[in-house]
Amino acid sequence: MEKIYSRPRSLRENPTHYCPGCGHGIAHKLVAQVVDELDIREKVIAIAPVGCAVIAYDYWDFDCSEAAHGRALAVATAIKRLRPENVVFTYQGDGDLAAIGTNETIHAANRGENLTVIFINNAVYGMTGGQMAPTTLLGQKTATTPRGRVAQEGLPLKISELLAGLGGVKYVERVSMHAPAEVLKAKRALTQAFQNQIDGVGFSLVEILSPCPTYWGKSPQKSAEWIRDVMIKEFPLGRIK
Amino acid sequence: MAKITVDTQNCKGCLLCVAACPRGLIKKDERLNKKGFNPVKCVDAAQCSGCCLCAVICPDCCIEVYKENT
Repeated sequence: MEKIYSRPRSLRENPTHYCPGCGHGIAHKLVAQVVDELDIREKVIAIAPVGCAVIAYDYWDFDCSEAAHGRALAVATAIKRLRPENVVFTYQGDGDLAAIGTNETIHAANRGENLTVIFINNAVYGMTGGQMAPTTLLGQKTATTPRGRVAQEGLPLKISELLAGLGGVKYVERVSMHAPAEVLKAKRALTQAFQNQIDGVGFSLVEILSPCPTYWGKSPQKSAEWIRDVMIKEFPLGRIK
Repeated sequence: MAKITVDTQNCKGCLLCVAACPRGLIKKDERLNKKGFNPVKCVDAAQCSGCCLCAVICPDCCIEVYKENT
């Protein structure tokens, strides 16, 4: 029998430190698959975030750099400008890209840097203990909103819609990982975002709705159902720009 | 003819593949692995169509899929 599905070459054999059912594992695999399929493993440079994915460089088998919290797009801008022949992407969570790094994110997007951004939105701070993130839904219970988030604490920040309004941004799509069919759609969006950079199109962002079973207090399957039934209503899927 | 193999030592027992399998062929194994998780197992390999949906959703790359070349 022929092997038709296995670990992509760009993903190391190391077991990940992620919790059972965490979306980061799926997202790492998708990125590695896309890098392999586009045959850019020798050209790609990843910028790892601060957050649960902080040691993504231990899992991907290609060049990676690390940035201070939220500053991945500033580091990516420098690397891409100095090495325009490389394919540079950032992989950031919502605490990194949408909270402490909002400034860098908006300005890199507005400058129209030819970069690929992978934005993992799990509506919570995972690494630090499940506190409220800018993307936390109204009513969602977190460590810092034990009775559920109220509007006084801000509405869920829609980074994709926000960035889509900027002239420098060329491609924005929101995808999810709550079912295998959605994972395959996410892979197509990532392929497009990387292809855009190779073709010189410009700033491309893929927002991935990703489960955090541990800090949502749900089983992995219930977390997937929560994305499908609740989260998508606040963060609708599809091509935004 | 198709089959899956499960890396039971690295499986974290999230059971996303159990929900993903359209034929319900994947079940939780009652034995624990070295990490203390209940890994999954394929209970009826003869029924596997090699659709890969379990492997697609697996966050830990623990499932490999094999299919007869037709």
